[in-house]
Amino acid sequence: MKRLLTALMSVVLAISATSAWAQLTIEISQGADNPTAIAVAPFAWQGMGAPPEDIAFIVDGDLARSGQFAPIAQGDMLGNPTTEAEVFFRDWRALNAEYLLIGRVSLEPDVLRVDYELFDVLRQTKVLTGYESGPASDARMLAHRVADAVYEKLTGVPGAFATKLLYISVDRVPGRNDYSRLTMSDSDGARPIVLFDTYEPLLAPTWSPDGKHIAYVSFETGRPAIYRQEIATGQREQLTNFPGLNSSPAWSPDGKTMAMVLSKGGNADIYLMDLATKKLTQLTRHYAIDTEPAWMPDGRSLLFTSDRGGKPQIYRYDLSSGKTSRVTYEGTYNARARVSQDGRSVVMVHQAEGRFHIAILDLVTNRMQILTSTDLDESPSIAPNGSMVLYATKYQGRSILAAVAVDGEAKFMLPASKGDVREPAWSPYLPR
Amino acid sequence: MKRLTVASKAIALLFTAVLLVACSGSDTKEEDEAAAAAAAAAASASAAEAAQAAQGAAVSAEMAALEEAAASAGTVFYFEYDSSNLTPEALDALNANIALLQRNDINVRLEGHTDERGTREYNLALGEGRANSVRDYMVASGIPGYRIETISFGEERPIAYGTGEANWAENRRVELKPQ
Repeated sequence: MKRLLTALMSVVLAISATSAWAQLTIEISQGADNPTAIAVAPFAWQGMGAPPEDIAFIVDGDLARSGQFAPIAQGDMLGNPTTEAEVFFRDWRALNAEYLLIGRVSLEPDVLRVDYELFDVLRQTKVLTGYESGPASDARMLAHRVADAVYEKLTGVPGAFATKLLYISVDRVPGRNDYSRLTMSDSDGARPIVLFDTYEPLLAPTWSPDGKHIAYVSFETGRPAIYRQEIATGQREQLTNFPGLNSSPAWSPDGKTMAMVLSKGGNADIYLMDLATKKLTQLTRHYAIDTEPAWMPDGRSLLFTSDRGGKPQIYRYDLSSGKTSRVTYEGTYNARARVSQDGRSVVMVHQAEGRFHIAILDLVTNRMQILTSTDLDESPSIAPNGSMVLYATKYQGRSILAAVAVDGEAKFMLPASKGDVREPAWSPYLPR
Repeated sequence: MKRLTVASKAIALLFTAVLLVACSGSDTKEEDEAAAAAAAAAASASAAEAAQAAQGAAVSAEMAALEEAAASAGTVFYFEYDSSNLTPEALDALNANIALLQRNDINVRLEGHTDERGTREYNLALGEGRANSVRDYMVASGIPGYRIETISFGEERPIAYGTGEANWAENRRVELKPQ
């Protein structure tokens, strides 16, 4: 198995460039220790012309990126079954495959349908049957949903492949300010769409809990302000325009309130804005820097970064009592917390021996684990299923996105074809 | 040297006025007195003008010196890592700029910046803290707060794009820009 992984490590799964924008590609740099061997046989195409996407290839890529699966190369397969009758288990046992996924893709007028069947090779039984359907333009999303179903069946955890990423792409332009774009892509970096662009700084992109809106900080007027934008229509609303800082927007889990950082009171403090009435409530009042609010999933408290103890550390503000308590003690720099959906784990930027890494803190055991070995790591964002952490790092002088499993085992990078890419924000589960 | 020249011009003017009064042929006493008063007024006015000119010249000379000092000190003030405290070097440069600003009425913008280490949003706040440190010192030195605007770009607008302390040190700064 190790040998297979080593082979995998050198494989670059280049995703077909569908636009002129900086396209992200996937490089798997390290797999998990005991990944499940799965064979994803090419799906049959039952339509006119060429299929819109190679569904099996996308499913294969999703499972490989999770680090928990070691897909078997199509070239090694002894057959290409697309129906249950064509499955010969001995062919797959010979390849040491533990599971086999087969499928068929058909195009009825305007509707693409993907049928799939998952087999346990050792037990020689079918363990999952299902289908996904939707417009042909959504073929990649249907493939990601198939991968989600397989992932959940075999790990017990819902998949998070049928999700989106937000990130900021920046190009240097001679004689001008940097050109910044707020970009949204599939979870594998494919199909990037530019949602907003400007020659002024853009930062802190974040999702509404229903995945329909985003918020971010833009300097487009020459000063920072928080904007909310509806993804489907592109409609934008400027939420703040206060003197000083307007940063770190963070939607409450119920979507009604936005936490943010303002310095209109003299220096950076955390505020809440009621999104219906735009009424502000000031949470922290301290002469130190208070910033980077992140909601706990129950909406009852927020984590934030403060240097009130001399160095940046993570603190927790309890909304009912108004009390603040310190969360991190290990290390001289802990900042920009993000909380897993189960409320148990906190990922953050952590400085150790002068280098900036992504670390994960278990709030129950209080154990801190450093997840990354790269340097200048920042902006961690957890997948909605809690399996992977996406972050930004420096690689060969450029900012790129990278991901690491929450157990620190599987790792991959998403280098862009040009420019810098930073501040990834993984979407919540999206409505169908 | 300049001051001397101006003063001698003033003295020359005064003499001219006195001579005019002395030499003027007069028909009546009233006219004489009126002429004398006018001449005296003219003389004192030109004397005041001259004194003012002398002072103006002195001021412009002083301003030139202040401008030169501020220009050589520079309008970028540098900071230590994760700190918004003014270093002795930053104070020297800032004092030179304050001396000039105390004598003119120019509004300024202070732009706070950080290096790339640490998180972006913390760095936005850190950059603001640096701009505020400079502003507070300027206000304490008598520059009215309404003449000063602050903004932080955090780590978003580096001067030096590379990594390493040499680049980072260049980026940890507040830039003073006349508006």
